[in-house]
Amino acid sequence: MHNFDLVKPSSVAEAVAALGSEGAQALSGGQTLLPSMKQRLAAPERLVSLTDIAEMKGVCRGEEGLVVGAATPHGVVAREAKAHYPALAWLAGEIGDPSVRARGTIGGSLANNDPAACYPAAALASGATIVTDRREIAAGDFFQGLFTTALEEGEIVTSVRFPLPERAAYMKFAQPASRFALVGVFVAQFADGVRVAVTGAGEDGVFRWTEAEGALSADFRPEAVEGLSLSAEGLLGDLHGTPAYRAHLVKVLTKRAVAAA
Amino acid sequence: MKVTMTVNGRPMSAETEGRTLLSSFLREGLGLTGTHVGCDTTQCGACTVHVDGEPVKSCTVLAQDVAGKSVTTIEGMANKDGSLSVIQQAFQDHHGLQCGFCTPGMVMISAALLNEKPNPTEEEVRHYLKGNICRCTGYHNIVKAVMAAAGADSRKLAAE
Repeated sequence: MHNFDLVKPSSVAEAVAALGSEGAQALSGGQTLLPSMKQRLAAPERLVSLTDIAEMKGVCRGEEGLVVGAATPHGVVAREAKAHYPALAWLAGEIGDPSVRARGTIGGSLANNDPAACYPAAALASGATIVTDRREIAAGDFFQGLFTTALEEGEIVTSVRFPLPERAAYMKFAQPASRFALVGVFVAQFADGVRVAVTGAGEDGVFRWTEAEGALSADFRPEAVEGLSLSAEGLLGDLHGTPAYRAHLVKVLTKRAVAAA
Repeated sequence: MKVTMTVNGRPMSAETEGRTLLSSFLREGLGLTGTHVGCDTTQCGACTVHVDGEPVKSCTVLAQDVAGKSVTTIEGMANKDGSLSVIQQAFQDHHGLQCGFCTPGMVMISAALLNEKPNPTEEEVRHYLKGNICRCTGYHNIVKAVMAAAGADSRKLAAE
């Protein structure tokens, strides 16, 4: 790893100021960024650690749903969101392993937008709002392709606001070595309809399976998606699974998620 | 930059660079080589230590990022009189190690599990230990040892 300066601001304002300098990058739990830096895929001159900013931590039930501080580790979300949003808590508790969950954060996961990460599926299926130091972004506008988001240079995700669905579930077919999702499907039923978000499968990252949303909004049973088939076009293919295999998994996992919700 | 943290109950300091990993701080800075570095890619868990009571992979944490915090390593696991802790003794009694390279990480992750859940089921043990890899593939006896340390009758576990 090339050397860099680490700065540890204690407020969002200080962090934004520190990110203004040339070659600076935000560091959250570091569970993706540090391995990438070891491989020299990234070589920032300055890392701005967000891990000790109190205003960016914690899980809190508000009027508009569940607000999760962006620097909250997965393990804390798994424990503290359980009473309010069990599907989200379950998802958080299945990311990586306990040691990764003690460091990795929701804000880091969303800002990185790995095409196989779990949190983007929860955010998109819940219709969550990504709150940053300067604005609010709807999940539907936030994810813009592989490792690409609507975030501007130096912009920090500070919290995520999840509307609470009537029922929801996440199903993940884990790639056993990386524990990322080979395919993951998050299904959430709201009063005004069902949202289905798929991770691990799309060439452009997380996406909504609108055909299934229509069918499930009319009839929330696993059988409702039986007759549908997701096209393999635009799906990821690699040595772990072809696009057709992933398309098949999306349907299987959608049915399982509906059954579990 | 000089970094100080409480390691196994004592304040300890060493010089660091921005890129110094917690694993390097412990091993090279403080000479605490009980923490092993296996893969250096966040996968194997041999380098697991506790930071403020939570397990972390010390090869994927920056030393400066945890300055001032309380760290427990394998060197801090034995009882005060030098005898093995319940978990360490269970690993010995149940042959929970073969080459021993992964053992410091296995003991630390098991301790974290038992702090969180004193009476885990076999399935919970296997789930919690997912991020710790034993290249000798001695998982069965490791799980037995953790169950025994939790007070379970490990003879009731399936043989293999």
